[in-house]
Amino acid sequence: MRSVALSKGPCLPDGPDWSFELLTQYQQEIARVAAYYQLDTYPNQIEVISAEQMLDAYSSIGMPIGYHHWSFGKKFIQSEQQYKRGYMGLAYEIVINSDPCIAYLMEENTLPMQALVMAHACYGHNSFFKNNYLFRTWTDASSIIDYLVFAKNYVSQCEEKYGIGEVEDFLDSCHALMNYGVDRYKRPQKISMAEEQRRQQEREAFLQSQVNELWRTLPAKANSNPAEAHFPAEPQENILYFIEKNAPLLKPWQRELVRIVRKISQYFYPQKQTQVMNEGWATFWHYTLLQHLYDEGRVSDRFMLEVLHSHTSVVLQPPYNSKYYSGINPYALGFAIFTDLRRICEQPTAEDREWFPQLAGSDWLESLHFAMQNFKDESFISQYLSPKVIRDFHLFAITDDSQDSSLEVSAIHNAEGYQQIRQMLSAQYNLSQLEPNIQVQQVNISSDRALTLRYTPHNKIPLGGAIEQLMRHLHRLWGFEVVLEQLDHNNQLSVLARCPTPHHP
Amino acid sequence: MAHFIDRRLNGKNKSAVNRQRFIRRYKQQIKQAVSDAISKRSVTDLSSGESISIPARDITEPFFHQGQGGVKQRVHPGNDQFSPGDRIPRPQGGAGGSGKGDASADGEGSDDFVFAISKDEYLDLLFEDLALPDLKHNQLDKLVQYKTVRAGYRAEGVPANIDIVRSLRGSLARRIAMSADKKQQLRQAEAELAELELAAVPDELARRALLERISELKQRLAAVPFIDSFDLRFRNYQKKPEPTSKAVMFCLMDVSGSMDQATKEMAKRFYILLYLFLSRSYKNVEVVYIRHHTQAKEVDEQEFFYSQETGGTIVSSALKLMQEIIAKRFNPQEWNIYAAQASDGDNWAEDSPLCAELLSKQILPAVRYYAYIEITPRAHQSLWEQYERLRASQPKLALQHIREVSDIYPVFRELFKKQAA
Repeated sequence: MRSVALSKGPCLPDGPDWSFELLTQYQQEIARVAAYYQLDTYPNQIEVISAEQMLDAYSSIGMPIGYHHWSFGKKFIQSEQQYKRGYMGLAYEIVINSDPCIAYLMEENTLPMQALVMAHACYGHNSFFKNNYLFRTWTDASSIIDYLVFAKNYVSQCEEKYGIGEVEDFLDSCHALMNYGVDRYKRPQKISMAEEQRRQQEREAFLQSQVNELWRTLPAKANSNPAEAHFPAEPQENILYFIEKNAPLLKPWQRELVRIVRKISQYFYPQKQTQVMNEGWATFWHYTLLQHLYDEGRVSDRFMLEVLHSHTSVVLQPPYNSKYYSGINPYALGFAIFTDLRRICEQPTAEDREWFPQLAGSDWLESLHFAMQNFKDESFISQYLSPKVIRDFHLFAITDDSQDSSLEVSAIHNAEGYQQIRQMLSAQYNLSQLEPNIQVQQVNISSDRALTLRYTPHNKIPLGGAIEQLMRHLHRLWGFEVVLEQLDHNNQLSVLARCPTPHHP
Repeated sequence: MAHFIDRRLNGKNKSAVNRQRFIRRYKQQIKQAVSDAISKRSVTDLSSGESISIPARDITEPFFHQGQGGVKQRVHPGNDQFSPGDRIPRPQGGAGGSGKGDASADGEGSDDFVFAISKDEYLDLLFEDLALPDLKHNQLDKLVQYKTVRAGYRAEGVPANIDIVRSLRGSLARRIAMSADKKQQLRQAEAELAELELAAVPDELARRALLERISELKQRLAAVPFIDSFDLRFRNYQKKPEPTSKAVMFCLMDVSGSMDQATKEMAKRFYILLYLFLSRSYKNVEVVYIRHHTQAKEVDEQEFFYSQETGGTIVSSALKLMQEIIAKRFNPQEWNIYAAQASDGDNWAEDSPLCAELLSKQILPAVRYYAYIEITPRAHQSLWEQYERLRASQPKLALQHIREVSDIYPVFRELFKKQAA
């Protein structure tokens, strides 16, 4: 058991207006407490920005620097419009997974809000970025800003050379497949800005020749065995990578653009998989750190009341029949699981001893850090979602079979349902079940070079989206015929779409 | 471990390029929306931007996602009534009660994407095919008014214009100049006197002479006047010629049965362009709308463009009304009067000579400029011919023929070229 060591000190001013001196004081106090709880972070770079700048940051999905594209303009106009009409409040902060970790604070925030945001972003999210295994594996915080600068300049150069329209159309096609530009298992390499540039030049010269290699007609065709003719040897899930390396007609600059989109997609991939954990972790720590300061007498009642007011609205979970309901709030769920994890360690009940024998009574801080470091949403929920949290949330599971005329309540928050709910909620955060499983199946390298993609439905769920349009994008990238087939649950193959559409004379 | 950066002073238009890209990409749709919007807009409204709406399905970015159907399992919070095995009727229009989201993700949502463009963007798009002329060089010949303005000080004037501070400053300077040497002599004499009186045997003669000199100096000092007419300064005023900033624009339009809505829209664009042009030159531009068939009537803008009323055509009725309004409300000495008449050229044949006469005798002397635009794909009729004849002798009259929208700008330019200095 860990006892809380309180170092009493003078109470800090509680605003509501902030100044840079006050921010520094609060930051130092929070840093002191964060160190006490062993939060390991990148150095912080805290930037104070205005509301308009926050809108700018929104439209570039939080990237501090982005290449130019109309879709970011659309996002900007959308959020500006919503903000102006009051449909949407702005986020209090945006934090970027980089080293140093960049956090934006809005100038409109009051002092307690700024402190909350600093604790949340600069110590919560920051330590998550630095220590979670997915971020450690997939992203390289120290080089991301450099890479974004490189990408922006490269895209501008391409626009100058080949025209804005050309580049824009090509990026559209890449964006359409952005979710299929991710390596799920291979570790991307860390490289510096200079290295990236040098390699890009090299690739440009070298790649084109490599591609043609693929299509070389081998003289000894007669004795080649049919298994070798199957290309690619294994189905490929990273469609953009496959296109970058193998599309026959792409120009070098186009390959580079595919690569840029793919890299950025890869950079955001861990964030998509750790929403609940990441927000839960940050929320848990802003709550714990500021509560610690309050217990020490460093912050006033007034300060704490405002913090708690914001905190409770962040972790609000409206029930399924509320008009405000829009799915499970990741802040609420993550915060509840981490808080309950601490409770299980500190004050275990008989139920906890049965469900979490290894956790009950262990050092809570160590257990929490372990949970943060080694899981993603899916595995985190299936490992740590406790019966108590299920009861507190009144979770229930619905099975919707389109064959059936009505929905079925398959489990509720009772002893029989805990396991099932835990499993289903975990699956709900499993990206590989949420995103349609589409893989590169085959290329007819010996004949018409047609590319075959295969969709394998999960739970008989059909493929959605503007398929015709997407096929045209794929065709633009591949340059030859593209076929999308479906392998359904009883192993029946059927063609979903092809581009260009065949002529029926 | 942490440092703060104040970025508030950095530029905030980081997204401007992306926004332009968006507008560039959807220019066709936006232009369509601008064209549609013009009918809802007032001629005189140049200060606001425009709200543009594009069908949302045109701008969605496609991506692969799970469609509807199959077996879906979802976990929801807040169970208040269900037990395992309960069956719930399927909610309308959503999968498994998961609610919104799916429909619009399919691109089938019909909500429009609405956003605002700025005033400049609006004007650019509106006149894109027209390309605005270089307005600065085409300064119009304007009416001149005189305005009295302050212009320094002068030594003569009426007492009401005396500037007290300036006058007293002059008085003080004069007094210092006139008394300084006498004061010095007085001090010197007094010092000598004091020295003399300290001596053991006072020289009575010298003492008397000094006393006399002192009193003489004191007298002369007292004679310096506190204020002299020489000190007085008066505020000076000058009359400065200034072009008057008042202008009125008469819009005359034929609303007889032969004018359809498309023709009126073209006329409206011309009026907007004229208004824009005038408002660059004048501070306030008033607009008077006169519509006519066989009778003329002064109306508001809404009625001018959209009221449905038909009948024959007698153009002179509108000219008469315009002349009456000028006589009543707009003195040509004070107002810059502009008029633009739009018509499809139909007129009752015997009325046309009367129009020409009204114009040349009554109206043209009063106005700065009179533009007649004929919007018709057909050949000219009697009204045009009459005006044409008149134009030879009347430089203020301009005639132009518009066949389609793209003619408006060249016509407009033609009209204002003549006025170039």
